Amino acid sequence: MRRPITELARVIRSKNSGPFELTLDILFREEANYETIRDTRQVTPELIAGIYGVPLEDILSVVYFDPAMAVKATFRRPIPSGVPGDSDIYGAQQHAPLLRLEFDV
Amino acid sequence: MSERPLEFRVLSPTAILGYGFPESSFERGMEADPHCIAVDAGSTDPGPTYLGSGKPFTDRTGVKRDLRYMLKAGIARKIPVIIGTAGGSGAAPHVAWCREIIEEIAREEDLHFRMAIIHSDVDRGVVLRELNAGRITPLPFVPELTPESLAQTSHIVAQIGMEPYFKALDTGADVILAGRSYDPAVFAALPVKLGFDEGLAIHMGKILECAAIAADPGSGADCVLGILRGDHFVLRALSPERRFTRLSTVAHSLYEKSNPTELPGPGGKLDLRGTTFTEHDNGEVTVRGSRHVPSDGYFVKLEGARRVGSRTVCIAGSRDPIFIAKVDSILEAVHARVDMILERENLAGSMHIHVYGKNGVMGRLEPETTVTSHELGLVIEAIAPTQAAANTLCSITRSTLLHYGYPGRISTAGNLAFPFSPSDIPAGDVYEFSLYHLMPLADPSDFPITVQEV
Repeated sequence: MRRPITELARVIRSKNSGPFELTLDILFREEANYETIRDTRQVTPELIAGIYGVPLEDILSVVYFDPAMAVKATFRRPIPSGVPGDSDIYGAQQHAPLLRLEFDV
Repeated sequence: MSERPLEFRVLSPTAILGYGFPESSFERGMEADPHCIAVDAGSTDPGPTYLGSGKPFTDRTGVKRDLRYMLKAGIARKIPVIIGTAGGSGAAPHVAWCREIIEEIAREEDLHFRMAIIHSDVDRGVVLRELNAGRITPLPFVPELTPESLAQTSHIVAQIGMEPYFKALDTGADVILAGRSYDPAVFAALPVKLGFDEGLAIHMGKILECAAIAADPGSGADCVLGILRGDHFVLRALSPERRFTRLSTVAHSLYEKSNPTELPGPGGKLDLRGTTFTEHDNGEVTVRGSRHVPSDGYFVKLEGARRVGSRTVCIAGSRDPIFIAKVDSILEAVHARVDMILERENLAGSMHIHVYGKNGVMGRLEPETTVTSHELGLVIEAIAPTQAAANTLCSITRSTLLHYGYPGRISTAGNLAFPFSPSDIPAGDVYEFSLYHLMPLADPSDFPITVQEV
């Protein structure tokens, strides 16, 4: 069944991982759903590059983390934190494109 | 203390020195008879300006308030008070700023103690020598360091590990004030020196440096206690309204880092692949199995920022539907016109307009292309070599945009609503991180330590 991420996840957030990277965390609510999404690799570097409109080589990693039932994606900041033109010094408001995702569970 | 106790208790009062904590939580922490009080006082998160300018990002009144509790309690109980990354960025001016606050409290409270100060500034000549020898490595997505950008970097600090802390503890200091430090080192140094496991101590430090942020509900302004034993550590919240849960603790492992199971630090990495988290009914969590894996060679992260100019900003809004519908082409035309004026008048600088209501928050990462709001907020940002030049550029941009006669315009009195007079705000120096690189160290303890009797 296809379900919206907002039903499946309890935390969806973005943050700097140092001044040159943004990192996205999706923490799922239920183990079964998390495992399905992990085992069928529904969050991939290609997905993140697509929804943020960044080149695939700018995706540093997509890591599944079982203890937190979470997936984490880290990618290059288009503009490093604080460089003229940057719009989010802490990187804490870059999560919204994730809110439109849906997963097969 | 030179013998290893059965357990080692660390009180972490707050996530960043100056953020505050409830007095009752701190007292509950002191009732648990901690072996030391440790606090992380900094971060690179607020941006490059603080390191570059040498100014603190925390408020002096808040820092002094927090330190007063910590120093009075620590001196009375004869337990070390350890402060890392003083002043927010941990360069020489930040450490001097925090030292002055400590001395002021000592005078006011008639406290007497020995203070060891660890300086983690790195000499530019040393970095240049290492750069020329090809031993400076950028972290992912960080531009290569050049001799030019190094010369422009105002303060250079190393994120030091536990080794300089070992030396500072050997001086018999009651208070340790340190420059830029790997956050967990502040909490882990004393127990590791006493023989506790490095992996567990560093992992505990990694959680304690954020104080109650890893508890549920999370807070950066509340105290927690870490209890380190032979093969595990325990986390305890010190306010009755909070508890540690398995989920709150593991979720914190993800926070602000690119990989949750391998956390690099000075001299090695923390390997959490075998870590287990056990939740207890009393609101505590037990953590086991975290390992420290030394790296081949000891590397520290260098941080530094360089000035790129001065900034002036102007905040304005539009409520005109025709302007809003054409905002992209209007701003493009204004950009072109301002560029033309700069060239004609031989002025330097660059200008950017943040458009709130369109893509002000996400900039080029914004996937939404249509504007649906009935009003837009505009922030004009002008950056030029001097403040006067930035003021000029901001003024040119503002007046050009205010009176720009775009096609189809029917509101001819002015395109912008200004909430303030004066409309333009000089915002001071602008910096960018120029150093975020690894450098090898022959002796990781080789940072100057000064000892003073306060």
